[in-house]
Amino acid sequence: MTQPAVVEAPRFSVERWGRTSVLAVSFAVALAVGFAFVPLLFSLNTTEKATSLLILVLLAVMWNALAGYGGLVSIGQQAFIGLGAYGTVWLCNHNWNPYRAMIVAALFCGAVAVGLSPVVLRFRGAQFAIGMWVIAEAAAILVSLDQSLGAGTGTSLIELNYYTPTQRQHDTYWLTFGITVFFLALLFVLLRSRVGSSLQAIRDDEEAAASVGVSVLRCKWILFVVAGVGCGAAGALTLANTLFIEPTSIFGVDWTAYMIFMVLVGGLGTFEGPIVGAIVLFVIQNEFGNNGVWYLVGLGGAAMAFALLAPRGVWGTLEERFGLRVMPVGYRLRRQS
Amino acid sequence: MTWVNDVVQGILLGGVYALLACGLALMFGVMRIINLAHGDLAVVGAYLVLVVLDHANISPFLALVPVLPVMLIAGYGLQRIVLDRALRAGVLVPLLSTFGLSIVIQNILLEKFSPDVRSLGGQAGSIATGSWSVTNAISISQIGALIVVVAIAVLGGLQLFLSRTQAGRRMRATAQDPDTAELVGVDSRAVYARATALAVAIAAVAGLFLAIRSTFYPFAGPTQLIFAFEAVVIGGMTSLWGTLAGGMILGVAQTVGGQINTQYPVLAGHIVFLAVLALRAALGRQIS
Repeated sequence: MTQPAVVEAPRFSVERWGRTSVLAVSFAVALAVGFAFVPLLFSLNTTEKATSLLILVLLAVMWNALAGYGGLVSIGQQAFIGLGAYGTVWLCNHNWNPYRAMIVAALFCGAVAVGLSPVVLRFRGAQFAIGMWVIAEAAAILVSLDQSLGAGTGTSLIELNYYTPTQRQHDTYWLTFGITVFFLALLFVLLRSRVGSSLQAIRDDEEAAASVGVSVLRCKWILFVVAGVGCGAAGALTLANTLFIEPTSIFGVDWTAYMIFMVLVGGLGTFEGPIVGAIVLFVIQNEFGNNGVWYLVGLGGAAMAFALLAPRGVWGTLEERFGLRVMPVGYRLRRQS
Repeated sequence: MTWVNDVVQGILLGGVYALLACGLALMFGVMRIINLAHGDLAVVGAYLVLVVLDHANISPFLALVPVLPVMLIAGYGLQRIVLDRALRAGVLVPLLSTFGLSIVIQNILLEKFSPDVRSLGGQAGSIATGSWSVTNAISISQIGALIVVVAIAVLGGLQLFLSRTQAGRRMRATAQDPDTAELVGVDSRAVYARATALAVAIAAVAGLFLAIRSTFYPFAGPTQLIFAFEAVVIGGMTSLWGTLAGGMILGVAQTVGGQINTQYPVLAGHIVFLAVLALRAALGRQIS
């Protein structure tokens, strides 16, 4: 009797870290360390611009967490942006230190998200999208009815006048830097955890994920609350960076237009994409200024084009074409020789 | 008696919302998508009427006649070029692409027509300002009554179209199950294009009445979209007559809210909308 020939099956190993990702993470850490020194190396003007870039990154990352991983398209994240900013004003009116107030206001936005979650997370698709939009509009009306918050005409953060311009710009930058890095790191850790695998499954197919036992609602809850805190922080930091806010602009739907643009251009549902998108928007804003009409036509048109023609954005397309996995948030199979 | 008057005025106001909402409900019913540029398309309709009036000294109602075919074609093109592709790409893409379209439309309108607030009330003649008084406290504006009549006529027409005609039956079949409808020879893409063309043309009618009854400007669309969507949701998402009721409930909420405090009307509408959504979510949880 002859033994049947054993054909050895190709062996695979599951790996998370490749050479590119080790390099990329080292590079990202180095870049982050470099960014920490911006105020010491550059002028106040540059520091202000770097602050607004980091705020854009934060917003894009938060919106991508919601839409890209949770499948939650929100047109109302400006509710949290506005509440973060106005929460800071309110706390400062009650003799809080402005920087401490910003953090507490962001956490307050998280609490608001927790409060809203049992209701809004039951909404599906367009109901969630427009439901959030209505909440943002309602919040804007409520704030503009409050005389102590400057009503409809807006308000400024006078408490920051106690600081010298240099000190103020530096502190604002470092707080922005710290918060943005914190959220990027949080998302990185989250995506690598068990929750992350669930999130990536939900991103790819919500019903299939639910059918293999992923707790879809719990995952969405985590994202919604994290994005609430993140957008609230972005609002508070925008206030600190620009010093003046009014309800119509801080609660404006333009924020959502920017977030959608950044995430779609960069790459919906990728870790790196929103950062790329934020840089693209930042460059456009600085090159073309906010010179109104055609700039916005271009933003809207680009968002449409990417949604229809390249739904994975610049980064997602690159990843697909070259098999790149830069940040190690997923797994890949490697055939062992 | 002022309360009765508020309710009457709210019902009249609801006519505009119902008219705006029925195109939204039609597209949602057939394709399960919400067109976030719907309000902007209504505003486009109002501006097109304005363009016609610049060239001919006629009534705005007559000026709508050449606008309607243009909007039908625009809707057809919107479906074929944008929404067909968006539908294939999953549930998020229709929302994202129509949101992008909405920004594009608003800013092109701004570029072409300046940010000035316009109204067609002046050109519509006495019907825009006339009213019948029922009692001392209650009066019914002629334009408000006309809008309600038109809204009922449009909804009734749609209902007849859906139930009595071959094209309407195909639309209902596609709405229920596009794959099965395809099996029996219905071209679902043609049905979708027809539905969107109709929805966009009805949006133009709503835009005309919005322009006569109050005012419009390049960025007026999103507010109208929100109101229309609120009417659709309050009305139950899928039924055409529900949409009429939803529009009127929203209208009444706004006028009664405005009576409580002049700054409350829109807020009151939002609160009613959110309460309906929350209630429905709570009931849904009990059932499941």
